[in-house]
Amino acid sequence: MKRFMKIYLEKPELAGVAFLVILTIVFQARSGGVFLSAANLQGILGLLPEVALVAVGVTLLMICGEFDLSVGSVFALTPMSMAVMLEAGWPFLPAFALGLCVALLVGFINGVLTVKFAIPSFITTLGMLFVARSVTVVISGGFPPLLPNGAFPKWLFVAYVGPGDMFRMSFLWFVAIAVLVTLLLSRTNFGNWVRATGGFLPAAQSMGIPTKRVKVACFMLCSLLAGLAGSLQVMRLGAPLPSIGEGLELQAVAAAVIGGTALTGGIGTILGGIIGATLIRVIDNGLVLSQVDANWFKMALGALTVFAVILNAWLRKTAKSIKVETGK
Amino acid sequence: MTSEPIIQVRNLHKWYSGVHALKGVTLDFHRNETVGLVGDNGAGKSTLINILSGTQAPTEGEIFFEGRKVSFKGPADAMEAGIETIYQYNSMVPTMSIARNMFIGREPLKWSIGGVGILDTKKMAEESVQAIADVDLHLRSPDALVGELSGGQRQGVAIARAMHFKSKVMILDEPTNHLAVKETQKVLGFVKSLKELGIPGIFISHNIHHVFECCDRMVAMARGEVVLDKRVEDTSMDEILDVL
Ligand SMILES: Nc1ncnc2c1ncn2[C@@H]1O[C@H](COP(=O)(O)OP(=O)(O)O)[C@@H](O)[C@H]1O
Ligand SMILES: [Mg+2]
Repeated sequence: MKRFMKIYLEKPELAGVAFLVILTIVFQARSGGVFLSAANLQGILGLLPEVALVAVGVTLLMICGEFDLSVGSVFALTPMSMAVMLEAGWPFLPAFALGLCVALLVGFINGVLTVKFAIPSFITTLGMLFVARSVTVVISGGFPPLLPNGAFPKWLFVAYVGPGDMFRMSFLWFVAIAVLVTLLLSRTNFGNWVRATGGFLPAAQSMGIPTKRVKVACFMLCSLLAGLAGSLQVMRLGAPLPSIGEGLELQAVAAAVIGGTALTGGIGTILGGIIGATLIRVIDNGLVLSQVDANWFKMALGALTVFAVILNAWLRKTAKSIKVETGK
Repeated sequence: MTSEPIIQVRNLHKWYSGVHALKGVTLDFHRNETVGLVGDNGAGKSTLINILSGTQAPTEGEIFFEGRKVSFKGPADAMEAGIETIYQYNSMVPTMSIARNMFIGREPLKWSIGGVGILDTKKMAEESVQAIADVDLHLRSPDALVGELSGGQRQGVAIARAMHFKSKVMILDEPTNHLAVKETQKVLGFVKSLKELGIPGIFISHNIHHVFECCDRMVAMARGEVVLDKRVEDTSMDEILDVL
């Protein structure tokens, strides 16, 4: 029984799950049952993939011991690159692929600058936040291009599917990608290297792990997911605005941290990041439903982030104090 | 010394931007002995070890392993050759399980593409239980986090890992630092047992008593040079303290 308790208290997602349950109950009561109605859930699930995909990438990167503050800008730059090419008459696939390649390139530059010059990724990606946003505005030419009708396969990315049109296709993409990244982290040798690199860098290096390449790969994956998420949002809205994704980098960090990811690296799970992202969507939606002034959203998010970290630290300490014999 | 040395170090130099940390070290390590490497802080012991274990490159000089000239590009090369190193700061990731730590960088895979693949977690669990039992360490479960183990248990796991991968040479760089007396004794016991296992060892410690207790040969370094190299029976603690 003690072991059982300990295992659960050690789960880094626990605080996030607890908040999710509590908030769901509160919002359900305050909104007079509207919160869990099919129409409202459809709304939440339609927007969730966009934040959650960014959170998945950022969580992976944070487990690897690095930060990416440029995800919000990549979120705008990728679909803008795609839209500019579509407008120039490129077919969808090459334009989409180019957009994702731009995202990969940004991640590559972030990673190489960080590991080559041994500077904190907080700095490199802060620089990239401005650079990528600036490029987005420049290539948009000041006039955001409208996506030509039928220029992209709606059915593949944003159309409604499932019983009662509950999900958008983007949700299925998100679930598939989340499962893949979770498996990558927990079931492959690469995942082992990511955790080791973020957990204790000198040990990972002395065991011969190519830590620099592992980090660059995580930067690229993180950037790719942000670019994909932005593309999904633009396809949903039908037009790429150069300002989308502003502030998203901090929401993604908040999601990861609420989900139990440690800023110091090595600790965290993809599921935790997703739970964190879900919580952010739920708060946003729940506050609106409860007819609370929308300006309270950031306040709630901020309080939740700090509180979740405190709760997580406390849970971990409690788990540690439950003594289970490690040796005989 | 009848057989050819397992490691030959020839005229090794190491500069750290302005600091001459190794000044032409020439040494042989033989197959049937445990060498104790002693010296003050900053003498260059760790630098020598880091070069042998592939974590640093020498500025000048040569290393021969089993008679062949080698130049390790990284720790993976040295481990591949059969040199396992146990560091003072402990090369374990505290936030990962024992089983995962055992196999960092050398994970058994069910299948893989381009070097990345699916972990054989069953094999990892079974073999780590076996490896830990082999060094006479008793741990509850291979899934326990290394961060929950005591310093001595961690070094035990590091040693189990080195043994599991059939090392040909075992290097221990101050493995007893920050350990309680009882745990220090366990690690020393292990160093002594290397001889029975037929594995040559290089044991670094700033505690000369410990080195005398478990080594066959003493090498003393000072200011980047070897200042004494004798069999234990031919020297004394006083002589060594004198040269340092
Ligand atoms: N990574 C490094 N960068 C710069 N100088 C170093 C580095 N490692 C060691 N040194 C210097 O090299 C010398 C030898 O250090 P070291 O090999 O660690 O000695 P020991 O292990 O015998 O205490 C010292 O003067 C130390 O300051
Ligand atoms: Mg040292």
